[in-house]
Amino acid sequence: MTANLRRFSTAERYVHRTVAVLMGTCIVTAAVLYNGTLAVPVGHRHLVELIHVYSGFALPVPMLLGIASVAYRADLGRLNRFTPSDWRWLRSRTRRDGTIRVGKFNAGQKLNAALTAGSVLVLLGTGTLMYYPSLVRLSWRTGATLVHDWFALGLGLLVIGHISFAIRDPEARRGMRTGRVSTAWARAEHAEWVDETDPVDRSG
Amino acid sequence: MPGKTSVPADDRSPAGTPVGRRTVLGLLGLGAVGVVTGHWVQDGLSRILAPIEQRDPTGLLSLFPLGDTFRFYSVTGPVSRKTAETYRLTVSGLVSHGATYTLADLHAMPQTAFVRDFQCVTGWKVLQVPWAGVRLSDVLDRAVPSASAKAVRFSSFDGTYTESMTLDEARRSDVIIALQMLGKPVTHDHGGPVRMYAAGMYGYKSTKWLSGIELTDHEIPGYWETRGYALNGTIRQ
Repeated sequence: MTANLRRFSTAERYVHRTVAVLMGTCIVTAAVLYNGTLAVPVGHRHLVELIHVYSGFALPVPMLLGIASVAYRADLGRLNRFTPSDWRWLRSRTRRDGTIRVGKFNAGQKLNAALTAGSVLVLLGTGTLMYYPSLVRLSWRTGATLVHDWFALGLGLLVIGHISFAIRDPEARRGMRTGRVSTAWARAEHAEWVDETDPVDRSG
Repeated sequence: MPGKTSVPADDRSPAGTPVGRRTVLGLLGLGAVGVVTGHWVQDGLSRILAPIEQRDPTGLLSLFPLGDTFRFYSVTGPVSRKTAETYRLTVSGLVSHGATYTLADLHAMPQTAFVRDFQCVTGWKVLQVPWAGVRLSDVLDRAVPSASAKAVRFSSFDGTYTESMTLDEARRSDVIIALQMLGKPVTHDHGGPVRMYAAGMYGYKSTKWLSGIELTDHEIPGYWETRGYALNGTIRQ
């Protein structure tokens, strides 16, 4: 299949890659900080903590820088908006058969984007409260720890889901790696988006 | 769309409701409510789950943030294990009778036991932990601190960790050299065979893998205190 449809801009792909590296660092260091069977042999808690905290602080930065890109803003707008057919798609058991025409992002991708963005912000806020003990009273730090733990678990599951969908779809991965996808793939997965793209973009 | 002034519609912008933004705001609200009310939820969860979790033979439950469990902190690389044969505790500094204790020496001294919470400064805590060991004040009395001694400095056989507290704090009856916690000898991961436990103070005051007690003329900031934590580790609600 020739990749002749432009799906992601260079800026979007750099944002994705940077976020992926930071997210991976957060997850690995979180596992060490949280799990006793890793925490004691690895040790060096302060160093692991610093890496975790600063990767976490850095995590929203590429996403915010991305806003400077027109393509990134346009995709944020697409991810934000749910149409009636998105709700039908989520409820449908045969959502992948193409009957419900999907735009650039399907409803699952939209949901994942919103849940991930919200979770990252909650983790950022609660992590800040835990890292600077003088900010709020102890009972709020206890609450922040509880919220941080559960949102981390939820975000971890979202990331696992995201990666497992990507593993099953090489063409989607190529879209993020090279920025371009085949028209055939796009017609099968995102028919409405193919129709809205300029013919010029398609000629590639 | 409520709450938004009309923006000239770009005919290429996708239609529909801003569910993404609502989801993000909803999660932020949920997070904020959780921060404020979470300690009640946490207390409730721990009352139910802690007894199960502490005895979970698979250890799988501890992978989930279900209730309060210990998180294991170590500030260096792997810490060497000490046995009853190799363990030593030295008491030194501004004292007239410096001493070195073996594990058997400590076990031969009067033991004290109580049940108290373990509270980490970052927020997590473990309720109702059984502790047992030797009162620090007993060891200090034997050493006979000199008049100039004002503080106690703890060191760890991990080679890095240090802590300190004032002599008055160190003499409190609920500050112990712990030999047992959770009803059994202190495990290596919990800082065994011998660790400090200072009730009413944040966990960072309770030095793990205790190897040295030194009397000093002022409080010397310990490991975490040179990294931002308060020298006074009293738990404040």
